[in-house]
Amino acid sequence: MSESILASTLVYGFVNSVALMLTALGFSLTFGLSGVANFAHGGLYLLSGFLAWMLIHWLKLPFPLAALATVAAVGALGAVLYRVVLRPVRGIVLSEVISTFAVGVAIIELFRWKGFTTYDFSLPVFVEGGVEVFGVSLDWHRVCIVGIGLGLTALLWAFTRFTSTGLALRGMSQNESTALCLGIDSDWAAMLSLALGSALAAVAAIALLPLGIISINTGYDALLVALAVTVLGGLESTPGMMVGSFLVGYATVLTGNTIGPRWNEVVYLLAIVLVLGLKPSGLFGRSKELEDRV
Amino acid sequence: MSRDPGRRRERLDRGIKARSDDIFAIASIRDLAYVLLPRLLAVLALLAFPLLEAVVSPYWQTVILNTLVIALLALSWDLLASAGLVSLGQSLFVGAGGYAAGFLNARLGLSPLWTIPLATVGGAAISTGLLFPLLRLRGIYFGMITFALPLLLMRVIETTGFLGGTEGLHGLTPLPGRTAELYLMTAAALVTIVAFRRLAATDYGLVFRAIRDDDRTVLAAGFHIQWRKAQAVLLAALPACFAGAFVTHRFQFVGMTAFALDYSILPLTSAVVGGAGSFLGAVMGSFILVPLSEVMREFGSLRVVLYSLMLLLFTVVLPEGIFRLLVRKYGQFERLAPLPEAGRGR
Repeated sequence: MSESILASTLVYGFVNSVALMLTALGFSLTFGLSGVANFAHGGLYLLSGFLAWMLIHWLKLPFPLAALATVAAVGALGAVLYRVVLRPVRGIVLSEVISTFAVGVAIIELFRWKGFTTYDFSLPVFVEGGVEVFGVSLDWHRVCIVGIGLGLTALLWAFTRFTSTGLALRGMSQNESTALCLGIDSDWAAMLSLALGSALAAVAAIALLPLGIISINTGYDALLVALAVTVLGGLESTPGMMVGSFLVGYATVLTGNTIGPRWNEVVYLLAIVLVLGLKPSGLFGRSKELEDRV
Repeated sequence: MSRDPGRRRERLDRGIKARSDDIFAIASIRDLAYVLLPRLLAVLALLAFPLLEAVVSPYWQTVILNTLVIALLALSWDLLASAGLVSLGQSLFVGAGGYAAGFLNARLGLSPLWTIPLATVGGAAISTGLLFPLLRLRGIYFGMITFALPLLLMRVIETTGFLGGTEGLHGLTPLPGRTAELYLMTAAALVTIVAFRRLAATDYGLVFRAIRDDDRTVLAAGFHIQWRKAQAVLLAALPACFAGAFVTHRFQFVGMTAFALDYSILPLTSAVVGGAGSFLGAVMGSFILVPLSEVMREFGSLRVVLYSLMLLLFTVVLPEGIFRLLVRKYGQFERLAPLPEAGRGR
């Protein structure tokens, strides 16, 4: 018996870790490329879930079309968010945080007010049915999540290294004034990074929300997950983010199996508090970041 | 507002401001009134308010009590912000003070006369102790930690059942009457305002602001900045924990709601709306925000949306806040002045 528990912990821990990574990907990307900690991430995540639901149930769009439309719309919203909200306060880190936090809370609470609190909001799974992995039964949707998560990460890695747009964005994050001299528009780069990050939040929502129902607090949880995972690995570091999500992912599955699922949130929060308290630059942060933090 | 390219808007001090600022030895009644009247009016209004029971309905008295609670939290936020510590989780202090008072009252049976002062000091000490290892962080990292800590404590209390768990602590001793409550809170708010403004004017407060502006320089000047920050947290925690202890006794209950997001976002919004850095701005912000949100109570959770939008609007459009704007209008006037020749070419 204990072998099957071990196998299920390993498999579900892996799925869970990729899910966390997917949730945090947009936040981490935006922060890494433009230095904006997008606290509206959770709000955008929730918005994407409900937007997809509305497109499917009110406009009767087929699911793939609705998903694409949602990703595009939320990405565009990210760009608008930058233009309208962030540009006037760009560079004042705390104002950026406060204003994006305000946007996120406004979105989440707007849905609460509109009564999106019942149990009939859920998105369809991509593929019905399941498969056996190492003797553990796993539904196809979770397999899809792993595929999307790993695929997107690989895609983004390639995008920021091999395309001129991606290289421009990275240049901007490494040395803004040099990048400016080379003709890269700072506003354009930041807007693009916000749009990409928001679109990724939408992808994460569409991939992950079918696993359960869409509840309002998903929005806050998504922000918490993104913070925990990225803080753990070091905010700017993508490999750190991946390792962070695997640590948190397995930790939550382990506590869920041994103590009880109610402890999941404690794990995220403890991860944030302990890592910031003990090693503020995160597990993979560099000394340059340390200067900003401590 | 005309956009005449040859002119620019300039601000000048009003004559009466210039006179009352400098020549106070021979100030006329009018100059004195100019300086003192706004302050006196505000203080008198606060002090007279509890006496107006005939005019003001109990409902609005409750609203003012809530306002004063938020005002204390906003004052605490402002002091922390003046040391560069931006808190996204003032509810940490409410929870610390509230649970300390609840514990002392429910488990040890002390009366509010003892629990409130003890919880104020004890809660402040506890929350400072919790934050102390994290004080090396700055900027958004400190904000993140203060955002996470109250949530963490809430979950820990929920899952372990410690201090009553999800049930909270019930049946605590009430406070003696509405008027007493109002005077207690008014006194606390006035004392805190005066104390914090005095503090900010001293060299001690200057060190806090220096840490905010450039902590490395302060470090180089031989100050132990983490220790200083801990002192700032302790001082700022005092009024906030007092507010927490007060709320506990007022509702005769303390539970996980003490760590709720409302206690974090309302003080933050108050301080931003009123304008950070002057303490009076934070109080003014809470006096605008809380009654406004009471008026909007029928809209349910739309209120939170509106706070957030106000927070957004003021951060982006009017970062100096309403208080600074009013002070400027009170002391200065604006006019269009011709640009000097050299400036015209552009």
